[in-house]
Amino acid sequence: MATQQSRSLAKLMNAPAVLMLLLWMLVPLCMTIYFSFLDYRPLRGVYEWADGFENYSRFLSSSSFTSSVMVTLIMVGGILAITVIGGVFLAMLLDQPIWGQGIVRILVIAPFFVMPTVSALVWKNMFMNPVNGLFAYIWKFFGAQPVDWLSQAPLFSIIWIVSWQWLPFATLILLTAFQSLDSEQLEAAEIDGANSVSRFFYIALPHLSRAITVVILIQTIFLLSIFAEIFVTTNGAFGTRSLTYLVYQRVLESQNIGLGSAGGIIAVILANIVALFLMRAVGKNLDR
Amino acid sequence: MSRAITNRRKTITTIAAWTIGLLIFFPIMWTILTSFKTEAEAIADPPSLLLFEWTTENYGVVFERSNYAKFLWNSIIIAVGSTLVGLLIAIPSAWSMAFVPGRRTKDVLMWMLSTKMMPAVGVLYPIVILARNSGLFDTHFLLVLVLMLMNLPIIIWMLYTYFKEIPVDILEAARMDGANLKSELIYVLAPMALPGIASTMLLNIILAWNEAFWTLNLTTVDAAPLTAFIASYSSPEGLFYAKLSAASTMAIAPILIMGWFSQKQLVRGLTFGAVK
Amino acid sequence: MGNIKLTQVTKSFGDVNVIPPLDLEINDGEFVVFVGPSGCGKSTLLRLIAGLEDVTSGNIAINGEDATNIPPAKRGLAMVFQSYALYPHMSVRKNIGFPLKMAGMDKAEAEKKIDEAAAVLNLTDYLDRRPGQLSGGQRQRVAIGRAIVRSPDAFLFDEPLSNLDAALRVNMRLEISELHQQLKTTMIYVTHDQVEAMTMADKIVVLQAGNIEQVGSPIELYKTPANKFVAGFIGSPKMNFVTGEEAGKHGAHTIGVRPEHLVASKTKGTWKGVIGVSEHLGSDTFLRVNVPGLEEGLVVRADGDVALYHGDEVYVSPQDTSRIYRFDKDDQAI
Repeated sequence: MATQQSRSLAKLMNAPAVLMLLLWMLVPLCMTIYFSFLDYRPLRGVYEWADGFENYSRFLSSSSFTSSVMVTLIMVGGILAITVIGGVFLAMLLDQPIWGQGIVRILVIAPFFVMPTVSALVWKNMFMNPVNGLFAYIWKFFGAQPVDWLSQAPLFSIIWIVSWQWLPFATLILLTAFQSLDSEQLEAAEIDGANSVSRFFYIALPHLSRAITVVILIQTIFLLSIFAEIFVTTNGAFGTRSLTYLVYQRVLESQNIGLGSAGGIIAVILANIVALFLMRAVGKNLDR
Repeated sequence: MSRAITNRRKTITTIAAWTIGLLIFFPIMWTILTSFKTEAEAIADPPSLLLFEWTTENYGVVFERSNYAKFLWNSIIIAVGSTLVGLLIAIPSAWSMAFVPGRRTKDVLMWMLSTKMMPAVGVLYPIVILARNSGLFDTHFLLVLVLMLMNLPIIIWMLYTYFKEIPVDILEAARMDGANLKSELIYVLAPMALPGIASTMLLNIILAWNEAFWTLNLTTVDAAPLTAFIASYSSPEGLFYAKLSAASTMAIAPILIMGWFSQKQLVRGLTFGAVK
Repeated sequence: MGNIKLTQVTKSFGDVNVIPPLDLEINDGEFVVFVGPSGCGKSTLLRLIAGLEDVTSGNIAINGEDATNIPPAKRGLAMVFQSYALYPHMSVRKNIGFPLKMAGMDKAEAEKKIDEAAAVLNLTDYLDRRPGQLSGGQRQRVAIGRAIVRSPDAFLFDEPLSNLDAALRVNMRLEISELHQQLKTTMIYVTHDQVEAMTMADKIVVLQAGNIEQVGSPIELYKTPANKFVAGFIGSPKMNFVTGEEAGKHGAHTIGVRPEHLVASKTKGTWKGVIGVSEHLGSDTFLRVNVPGLEEGLVVRADGDVALYHGDEVYVSPQDTSRIYRFDKDDQAI
């Protein structure tokens, strides 16, 4: 199909969406860029031009930046490791014939749908609290000293909480990929003499590698913006300040708008690099 | 594959799967159970699993004393509102890209998806400033708008994939049968796309309900949804586990139920089709 | 009523020209078949006539009036798609009735027409079923019913039988031909199957790469092909072509002889060769003979009970010189 009439109509129908997303992209981002070249600290009544790229160099050279990048890397890396590896095994398990498979799936998927503030608070208080939490009780039961998770291992605790929420996502995606594996391919391999380990490594894993890549990329995009969990548990203290949280604090808490905006732009650039890889993977699929 | 799976193997995998499933689900179950305990019972040592005195007092307290209904109402308006407005804009957009593709359509679609990749923190301050200056801070309108823009790429994408599954020649047949655009949309496209539209709606209500960055930063009192309400429990006074559990259970229950129905949509919507 | 005329029609998709300037006239009541190999533009041509694609230049006239810029809904044509394109969420009755609804016909009258169409196509028992509950052949008939019910000026068929199994295809071919005799409406039919073309058409349009190679009745195309392409396309198995010395003897660059016009002998003949494959069909036998010097060998049609097999030496000759087609170096018939 595609006559002249329908083409012009189509452009019209797409216009509102394109326009709105364009404005959404450009206007706030341009404002942030503008602010990043200002020395603007409303709490101190400072409002003047910054010295060129001063905000950027200050942000990049500050120790908080380097530590926040480390924190972000560890956080995202840790969550990816747990969810992807866990997801592969869980997906393999759920792909097997099991009694009550539908219910097990529901149990495993559930955490993804829990509000992040709920999940963080439930873990913080009812499991990780050193006095009243369930972990404390279990530790005491075995005669050990309960761990104050959020002050002794805060980064790990947050990684744990977020992994719990995202494991279902990875599992679901990988399970879908597993199930789309053509059984005829596996049967052909079996006839060709491959045992189950070889079949896994030479056929299942390559097929999965695409799904794993997608899971990693998409989760990275979302995980870079982790906010609620940090906000509600440690508020960025004890070494849990990710890049996102650092920018948030600069902008909304200490209100150094210029510096925070520069940080925001840097965060955008980093996220775009990841997005580039994701778009390539998606684009390849659109060609099918 | 119809070869005999030994019952023994099936039993082992079943036990393994159920164990892991229950462990993963445990925090949610624990929360629900705790919501029916008294505060004293909630921090009891040793904690009890099922044998305690069940009470619904927490639900009453949370609901009445903390104006729970308002937060619930805000969540509903924001989640449903942003989804409906999003659908209004997304349906024509997805239609045009799915059925009248041009040379640039793929690029436009990719660009739309890429707007979702932008970290919200990069535009936090401008949005806050704009909101304050226009008096829209802490209003339903603002949040519906912002969340709609956040989710629009996903809504358009999902609708696009559903529309693409409708064979073009059915629409062409409608045209040959004398249907103008309006009739084509009403009598042929809409009925065929309805399941897809419903699925998209479901997933996006879920995503908007759980959204915690903008809802925490753009609201204070009037438009604060349940995410913000629960966050207020992060610095409480006195015993609160049972109340937290009750508030949490009420906050997540609708979404848990909706979520169970939308697994397939989750894969379709959030992997952008890169996994089938 | 169903007169369609194309004048200097071209079609390009971007930079790719699919149909160079083309002229064609289809007379009222004719059964015209567009036939040709994949990618020759026959479906595109049909869609241009239907209005589902715009012409890049040129003119389409329906019943004497310029229809080039009229949308498909208003051209008064009906189309049967290769995939049938039935509305899956509507019953058969509603499917057939849809065009009438779009035309704003009054309900009682529409019901009558639907019942009539259903009766003609043996669909009366299925009127309340959904397409998903029907077999391929039944769906086909619903698609035809939806087209009939509008009493269009012409029917357009886009490879309607491709998705059916072989036996069903033969039946449906007959039904469509009978339908044509009954309704006497113009029918334009696209197929890549030359058997369908030969058995159903009043007039065949042979297309290659967008160009009309020849227009004529089936027998005309068979007996007097205008060029090598048409000669090779019509008739199954394909005509044999020989170049070189033997062709020169008849004053042509290439000569062609149909398998059914060759005789095989164990003793003497024009070409000597060895049988590669011998296909015994019972009614006929097709001998594929490898002849030294001929790249593609020769295919000969012989009697059903001929005693010639793989590996046998054999001589092949044309029945008589009138059966030899001659082509010049531009592949045009001499």
